[in-house]
Amino acid sequence: MAITLTVNGQTRTVDVEPDTPLLWVLRDTLGLTGTKFGCGIAACGACTVHLDGRAVRTCTLPVSAAEGMPITTIEGLEQVQDGELHDVQQAWIDHQVPQCGYCQSGMIMAVSSLLAQRPDPSDEQIDATITNICRCGTFVRVRRAIHAVADARKAGGAKKEERHG
Amino acid sequence: MGKWTRRAFIGTGSLVGGGFVLGVAGVAFAPGRHSVVSADAIEKGELTTWITVTPDNFVTILIPHCEMGQGSQTGLAMMAAEEMEADWERVRIQEAPALDAYANAYMLRAFTSESMPAPLERAIDYGAYRLARWFGTQATGGSMAVRGTGYGMRIAGAAAREMLLAAAAERFGVRADECTAARSHVTHAASRQSATFGELAKAAAAIPAPSNPPMKDPDTYTIRRTSKPRFDIPPKVDGSLGYGIDFTLPGMLYAAVDIAPVQGGRLVSVDPSPAKAMPGVKEVVELEEAVAVVADSYWRARKALAALSPLYDDAGHGDVSSDTIFAAFDEALGAAPEMPAEAAKVVTADYRVPFLAHATMEPMACTVRVDGDRADVWAGTQDPLNARSTAASALDFDTDQVHLTNLMLGGGYGRRLPFSFDYVHIAARIAKAMSPTPVKMVWSRETDMQHGYYRPAAMCRYAGALDAAGRPLAVGANYAGGGDGESLFLPYAIADQRFDGRSASHHVREGAWRSVLNSQHGFFKESFIDELAHAAGKDPYEFRRDLMDEHPRFRAALVRAAEMADWGSPLPEREGRGIAIAESFGSIVAQVAHVAVSPEGKVKVRNFYAAVDCGDVVNVDSAVAQIEGGVVFGLSAAMVAQITIGEGRVMESNFHDHEMIRIADAPNVEVDFIHSGERLGGLGEPGVPPVAPAVTNAIYAATGIRVRDLPIKNHDLSRA
Repeated sequence: MAITLTVNGQTRTVDVEPDTPLLWVLRDTLGLTGTKFGCGIAACGACTVHLDGRAVRTCTLPVSAAEGMPITTIEGLEQVQDGELHDVQQAWIDHQVPQCGYCQSGMIMAVSSLLAQRPDPSDEQIDATITNICRCGTFVRVRRAIHAVADARKAGGAKKEERHG
Repeated sequence: MGKWTRRAFIGTGSLVGGGFVLGVAGVAFAPGRHSVVSADAIEKGELTTWITVTPDNFVTILIPHCEMGQGSQTGLAMMAAEEMEADWERVRIQEAPALDAYANAYMLRAFTSESMPAPLERAIDYGAYRLARWFGTQATGGSMAVRGTGYGMRIAGAAAREMLLAAAAERFGVRADECTAARSHVTHAASRQSATFGELAKAAAAIPAPSNPPMKDPDTYTIRRTSKPRFDIPPKVDGSLGYGIDFTLPGMLYAAVDIAPVQGGRLVSVDPSPAKAMPGVKEVVELEEAVAVVADSYWRARKALAALSPLYDDAGHGDVSSDTIFAAFDEALGAAPEMPAEAAKVVTADYRVPFLAHATMEPMACTVRVDGDRADVWAGTQDPLNARSTAASALDFDTDQVHLTNLMLGGGYGRRLPFSFDYVHIAARIAKAMSPTPVKMVWSRETDMQHGYYRPAAMCRYAGALDAAGRPLAVGANYAGGGDGESLFLPYAIADQRFDGRSASHHVREGAWRSVLNSQHGFFKESFIDELAHAAGKDPYEFRRDLMDEHPRFRAALVRAAEMADWGSPLPEREGRGIAIAESFGSIVAQVAHVAVSPEGKVKVRNFYAAVDCGDVVNVDSAVAQIEGGVVFGLSAAMVAQITIGEGRVMESNFHDHEMIRIADAPNVEVDFIHSGERLGGLGEPGVPPVAPAVTNAIYAATGIRVRDLPIKNHDLSRA
C-alpha cells in the first residue's frame, strides 16, 4: 500500500504494509541507516527520530501513524547553514561522547528534542527524559555535552540580545 | 552501494593511490628483510606494510585492529606518528584488510615478560606472528591493541623516520645525523634546506628499512600523552558510519532466524506453509539448529518467521536451570579450604555471580553472498580472519575462497571474538541456500539475548585466617566457573594462599566477556578481603594498604583512589564508601564507590573514583573514556544484569527483563592516571573488575548488609 511520508524535508512515497514499523521503512526502504535497530520493543531508544518535532521510538511505530507528519532523522538533523553540524552533534564531537557509537544516533535525537523543549534541563529532567541505553557507558559525557549545549545556547542568545539591544 | 560512505572515513581495501610504501612490516620479526610475506608480494598486490606517505604529504597508517569505540585505532596511529615525527593534522588511518599478512604478530607480546633479552624478544614476536598466522588471528580483544601492537607501530614509525632522514640527507647533500624530522618535514638547519615527507617518500621507500631504529625519549613526546580526537567519532554523530547491520547490496534479500532455544538443540520439524503464504517471502530455510525466513524486506521476513511454530529438541538439557547449575557448583566446592590451627579467627564466605550477556547494542548481523566457488562476507567482527575461516567451514570452502570485509562494530566486549562466530556460520548457510542472491541476516534482540556466549556463572568458597592482632595468616578459596593466575592474584602479603579450581560442567555456552575471569574473581577476592578487614576490626582501605609493601604499584593506585574519594571523611547516614583494586590485562585499577541507600533499599551510586596505572597513557581523553565506560559496564553487572537458565534455556529476552544502567543511574566518574613508566597495560577491560566489589563494599559500609551474590537488585537492602 502506498504511503506518503515527509522525511528530512522531502516527500517520499513508499509501498509497504501499513503496520510496518517506521524504523524498517527508514532503514530498508529509504536507505536511511543512521537510525538504528536495538530492541524492537521501544526499550532502548536506538531508533529515535523526530516526528513533528518530538522524539519517538520508531521500532514499534507503524508507518501509517507517521503519514502526513514531518519526520527528521539523524541524517536530516542540521543547522540552517548547509553542511554545518547541529550543535548537539558538534558537542558530541567536542566532548568525544561516542564509543562504539551505535546508540548515539538515537541519543542525539532524544537530546536535541529535549533541548528544544527545555533549553536548560536540570539533571533530574535529563534523567527522566533520556532513557536510551548505551552499552559502552558514555553517560558521563552525554550529560556533560547536554549541559554544554544548553550553556552555549544561553550565551549565544545573550549575545544576540546585546546586539539587538 | 548507494549511501555506503564508510570508505570515505575509515576504509578497508586498497591504499590511497600514488602512495609510496615505507617497508617496515617485517623488520621486527626478521631483521634484514623487508617483509615476512612472499618475495613477489608487490606483484601480487599483497600489502605488507603499515605506513604509506603520499605526495600530498599525508601519512596513512594501516591498523590491524578493529574499532569498537575503544579508541585503539587512533591510539596506535598516535604511537606510529610520534616516532615518525609526523604532523598529526596530516595523518590518516585505514583498517587492515582481512588478509593473512595482517595477522596480529605482536599479540603475544602483551603477555610476554618485559625482562627478556632483545634477540629473544624478536624471536618470540616472530613466533607469535607465525602462530597468529597459523590460527588465522587478527583479533581485537584482551585489551591488547595498544599494549601489544603498539610496539610494532612504534618500530614502524621510527623506521619510516630514519628512511626519510636518509632520503633527505641524500637530496640535501648532507649527513643524515645533521637532519631533523618534525611535523612531516625534514630540515637541515645549517644549509636551510627543508623537504616534506611527501617530497621525500619515493626516495625513502627505496632505502632498506633499518632493523633497529632508535626510539624517541618519552620526555620528548608531542603527540602521545595528549588528547587527540578519535578518527571514528565524526561519522558516528551524523549517521553516516556503516555498521555490519547497515550493509546493503543491490538485489539483496533479508533473513530473520529462529534458533533452537536450548543450546545444542536441533530443529525437529517446521511447517513452512504459514510463512510461505505471506507477502514478500522467498524461502523458508531449515538448518540443523534453526529456521530462517528469507524475504524481500527484513520486516516481512520477521513477521513471517513469527507465523511459524518450529519444534526443537532440548538436547537432553530440558531440566537444567540456574538453580541446578549452582547446586552442582556448591557440591563441587566441598568444604571451605582448611585454615591453620593457630588462627585466632577464621572467616568463611560463599560468593556467586550469574551468567551475563554481552548485549551489544547492535544485534548480531551478517551479509553473505555465495556465488559459485566464491563467497563474500560483510560483518562486524573482532577477528576478521577467524570469522572468514568460520564462513569457509560453514560452506565447506577453502579459506581463500572467502572474502570478508570487516565493518564497524556496534559493540563487541568479547561477543564478536573467535569461537563466537555462530552468526557468521548461520548467515553463510542461509546464503548458500539462496545462492547466488546475497542475503543479510539480522537477529532480533530476543535471539541475540538468548544465543550469546555468556560470561560464565561462577561460585567461590573463601576462607581466611587472622591472628590475634588481626593480621591475615592464610587465605584460600575453592572456585567453580573458571579462574587463572591473573584473576586469582592477590597483591597482599598473605604467605599462605591455597586456591583450588573445581569443575561442574553444564551445557550453557560461554565466552570472553569484557575482563573475562577477572569479572568474577575481582568481585570474589575484593569482597573477601573487605570481610577480613572488618573481621579484624580495621578500616578496609588501611587494611589493604598495609599489606601492600611488596607491591608498590598497587599501593600507589590504592592510595591515589582513596585520596581522590576523600576516604574517611564523614558521610550522612546510610551512605558509604567501598574500595577495591584489581590488576587485569597489565593495568592496575583501584576504585572507590560512594553509594547512598534509601530507607526503602534503593541504591544510588553517587560517585566513582578510579586510579589507574597502565604504565603510560597514549591518548589521555580516550583512556579516561574507557575507564568511565568500564565503570558503567561493571555497574550494570553489579546492580541489575543477569542471565538465568530455566528448562535449559535463557529466560531473559530483551531489555525489559534484562536491565542495564541508564543515565539516571550512571554515577559521576573521576579518573586519574599514575605514570609509573612500566610496561603498557590495556584499558578496554581493566576498569570493570573492581566495580562490583567497590559497590557491595560501600553498601556494607552504608547498611551493614553484605551482598555476596549478584546482581544487587535481588537483595532487600531496606532498613530492617
